[in-house]
Amino acid sequence: MNRSEIRTLAANVLAGIAPEADLSSVGDSEDLREALDLDSMDFLNFVVGLSQGSGISIPEADYPRLFTMKGLLDYMTH
Amino acid sequence: MPDFTMPALGADMETGKVVEWRVKPGDTIRSGDVVAVVETHKGAIDVECFLDGVISDLVPLGVDLPVGAVLARVGGPEVTRTAVERARISPAARSRALELGLPLDSLHSANANGIVTLADVESAAAPRPKASFDPALMRQAIAAAMGRSKREIPHYYLSSTVDFGAAQAWLDDWNLAHEPIDRLLPAVLLLKATAVALTKVPQLNGFYENGAYKPASAIHLGWAVALRGGGLVAPAIHDADHKTLPELMGALRDLVQRARAGGLRSSELSDPTITVTSLGDRGAESVLGVIYPPQVAIVGFGRVVQRPWVVDAQVVQRPIVTVSLAADHRVSDGHVGGQLLAAIDSALQRPDGL
Repeated sequence: MNRSEIRTLAANVLAGIAPEADLSSVGDSEDLREALDLDSMDFLNFVVGLSQGSGISIPEADYPRLFTMKGLLDYMTH
Repeated sequence: MPDFTMPALGADMETGKVVEWRVKPGDTIRSGDVVAVVETHKGAIDVECFLDGVISDLVPLGVDLPVGAVLARVGGPEVTRTAVERARISPAARSRALELGLPLDSLHSANANGIVTLADVESAAAPRPKASFDPALMRQAIAAAMGRSKREIPHYYLSSTVDFGAAQAWLDDWNLAHEPIDRLLPAVLLLKATAVALTKVPQLNGFYENGAYKPASAIHLGWAVALRGGGLVAPAIHDADHKTLPELMGALRDLVQRARAGGLRSSELSDPTITVTSLGDRGAESVLGVIYPPQVAIVGFGRVVQRPWVVDAQVVQRPIVTVSLAADHRVSDGHVGGQLLAAIDSALQRPDGL
């Protein structure tokens, strides 16, 4: 998947978790958990959605690389 | 004939209204069936009826009714005749109902004369209200319940700092070996440890009602879920001491999802025997809770943090969690409370046994 596909996937998954959140207002280097008030369960569900939507296996140790949109795009396109 | 009544979905509920019937008069129901959706300050709740028989005399939708009010009658098969008696309905209402595809026997009259009018049909056809809650109402309800708690319950507080190292190592191994969907959160181990500890300290698992403590016969942990946009609900994870860790994780995920999107069941709101709150990985380091009456205790877990810790006379870095207890002095003393915290600590040191 390319960056724009990953971005769309992330936006779709987040829309299911935080329906009221406006992802477009979140900067690429902002911590998504803080910007969207995601708790531990929300973030795990985010990882589940990303992993299932992309087929990429995401070990727990790599979670911190998904905290920002920029980190997430870099991680998932490599 | 037994009555199906408006359930008390927690100490903070005074009234509710039926916004949807999932059954028709004359339907045979079994104990545990979801028969109605009741709107409360906690959102729309799926209400179960714990009676067997044929249901009849359903109250109309949209009327605010006090806890304990009769919502329907449930009886033996002999009542079917009256239950399915042809609805008395005005001609305009009948043609509108046919147009909308509403079965005539599903209609209820809001009028004293019992005749179903066009307005009744329109209200039956109105879309089910959104499952979300009204934040202002919920704040009022929380204020009422917590105000009552602080007025009536002489709280005492204890806290312990617990080494989460063994539990974390177990969790890391488990999560390394599983895909994200099957991974576990630290909260699951904290919940199970609490349930196991309560089997040893039953004095904190139950209700204080009418001047006396009644221990509960099962451990139903009320799990505090923060709602997006504010507010809080603590539905039950039933028989938490008998669930495996993956089962608890499934229950937790399902509960959080339904607490936020709607679809909590009435038994989940009325059954908790003690509340557990865990602040998660972005929360504060400790929490001292307010007891949800008529429960007699609340256990709180702060965020797991890395701290210096002494192991075998060496200072090492360890994941640490602060466990707290607020409990009702009318029922127990700090000695018993301390036993619970010690039992939680000890359960967390042997994650294989959870």
